[in-house]
Amino acid sequence: MNALLSQFVNLLASALLMLSFAMISQRRILSLIHLFTLQGATLVAATILVGYATNQPHLYFSAGLTFLLKVVAIPLLLHRAIDRLNVRWDIETLINIPTMMIVGIGLVIFAFNLALPIAKLSATVARGTLGIALACVLLSFMMMITRAKAIPQVIGFLSMENALFFAATAATYGMPMVVELGIALDVLVGILILGVFMFQIREQFDSLDIRHLERLKEE
Amino acid sequence: MEALASVLGLPLAGGLLLAFVGHRDAARDVNAAFSFATLVAALVLMTHVIESGPFMVWNKAFFIDPLNVFLVTLTAFVGFTTALFSRPYMRIERDHGKMTPRRMRLYHSAYQLFNFTMLLALMTNNMGILWVAMEAATLATVLLVSVYRTAASLEAAWKYFILCGVGIAQALFGTVLLYMAAERVLGSEGGALLWTNLDAVKGQLEPNILTLSFVFMILGYGTKAGFVPVHNWLPDAHAEGPTPISAVLSGLLLNVALYAILRCKVLTDGALHTHLAGNLMMGFGLLSVVAAAFFISRQRDVKRMFAYSSIEHVGLMAFAFGVGGPVANFAGLLHMTVHSLIKSAIFFAVGHAAQNAGTQIMSEIRGLLRISPTVGWGLMLGTLAILGMPPFGVFASEFLILTTAMRVQPWATPLLLLALGVAFASVFRRVQPMVFGESSMQPLAHPPALLPTFVHLGLGLMLGLYIPPYLAEWYRQAAKMIGG
Repeated sequence: MNALLSQFVNLLASALLMLSFAMISQRRILSLIHLFTLQGATLVAATILVGYATNQPHLYFSAGLTFLLKVVAIPLLLHRAIDRLNVRWDIETLINIPTMMIVGIGLVIFAFNLALPIAKLSATVARGTLGIALACVLLSFMMMITRAKAIPQVIGFLSMENALFFAATAATYGMPMVVELGIALDVLVGILILGVFMFQIREQFDSLDIRHLERLKEE
Repeated sequence: MEALASVLGLPLAGGLLLAFVGHRDAARDVNAAFSFATLVAALVLMTHVIESGPFMVWNKAFFIDPLNVFLVTLTAFVGFTTALFSRPYMRIERDHGKMTPRRMRLYHSAYQLFNFTMLLALMTNNMGILWVAMEAATLATVLLVSVYRTAASLEAAWKYFILCGVGIAQALFGTVLLYMAAERVLGSEGGALLWTNLDAVKGQLEPNILTLSFVFMILGYGTKAGFVPVHNWLPDAHAEGPTPISAVLSGLLLNVALYAILRCKVLTDGALHTHLAGNLMMGFGLLSVVAAAFFISRQRDVKRMFAYSSIEHVGLMAFAFGVGGPVANFAGLLHMTVHSLIKSAIFFAVGHAAQNAGTQIMSEIRGLLRISPTVGWGLMLGTLAILGMPPFGVFASEFLILTTAMRVQPWATPLLLLALGVAFASVFRRVQPMVFGESSMQPLAHPPALLPTFVHLGLGLMLGLYIPPYLAEWYRQAAKMIGG
């Protein structure tokens, strides 16, 4: 029974990795938000499954929190933001998808190598997935570096947070409750501040292109 | 313990209250009053520790030990003096039309909340809460950096948010790994992230996990401490925000980030029995000192220049802790204290100087002594102090760091001396004409706040000549704890 559940966790983990790749190669902002919501939902499913397999009821609570935050609240805020900023149908043109895919594969191999000696030491059902979690962190990092528009950068940031949450579940069955609540609060406040920011940037520059924000440089 | 509760509760209450009334004229005084009450609570806490030693409260959730007691007092003290400075400073900004009532409300509320997050980070015993508080410190200040809504300030704030967010995410991964190592020894019941529990079993923590965890921690918290090469956000954020915020970012937040790294270093050293953590800190430290010194020489904006000077000094502290041993650690802790005092004093003087001149470009600020002698002398003395002139405290700590480096890591000494020399030449060359010479600037409409500047300089001078015995004792105990 446990072996089957463990396989299911692995399946969801690989779904997370696939979604990370999908986000890297997605040019349309609206589809990016859908992918992010899906990633959140996968994370919730994985957390519930690990909680069930190991009989750790506090993981259900953590899954509930993730659901409210990452599947309901944040996507809702993002949808409202793109409506009010009128960028719903924006497409990001300047990314070279094949190169990003190849670099991404390299990152995954690197992450697996880094996590291998550590993952052996973990006692959880999801130990094999620590490498995947680290790979997702690095892929989101790459997405943030390569995107030139504000909203995709923010989504990259949020998906990094998702990957870290998954790492916590995979390695240790989740952090202590008080820490998890604190992190959730930080994420929520962070997204609200980012929302304020987007309007400020838009007001100042008439666009959400981060390339306007490259003037402060050392001459 | 009531004093500890008030140290945390007062700034939180102040932040919430000022969120509603922060736009009133009296809010400046309310802000200072809350900071003053926090300082009184911190002093009560300090006398309690002097009398009866370190302690833990509320199921070990918070603790005070020699490493954080002086930082808590320092944070509360600089928090108070900066609130005093911001009274006339913000009034002038408002008269110049840069601050609307709404922005004033945001400023006052976020100022108190920022103080709260730093004090929480310093006193919590939980490594997870430490992370939460560090992230919250970014969130509290990010909207203040962009409060003037200029293109440059928006860019600075965006960079600050994204780079620190990514950096601190690495630290969260480090914390997850630390928890994973801890769980194997302490079990999953609550206390596995409490620093005191971890410290008690640090010899049994899995070395492989701790190594990886420390690498992520030093990258993450190092971003907030402004280590080169992850420092890019720092000069922008310090230069574009209001000056009181530059003063607390430079004087306090960098200390708190370094403090977080030190807590991780103690655990990593205990688990590894090697000098890996120290070597990493030495490497980052040395790189920061040297790179920042050369960046300083190329600055035109006065606040940017002193922001790079902060990177240099944080690098020096990290180097000292990396070298380790009783003397270097003592010097590092002393340097943390005097740098906080002197650098915030400089920012106070620089803030008024920039208001006098209407610009932060150094070549356009001239002859401060003619217009406002106290601002001029504050800037001159502060600059001499931060550049390491005796008899100020920075001289004492830099002297200790350099002599220890000569003994333990002789190869690093010429690099450090070169960097300090370059920094001295570039900063002094720029500040000298700003203070002396002719001027066509107008005096300020309201008298500037100079008490904070000179109190800080006085304390910096005192620490160069005489360190109170209990402070020296804390330094020694903390130095022993940090190890080598």
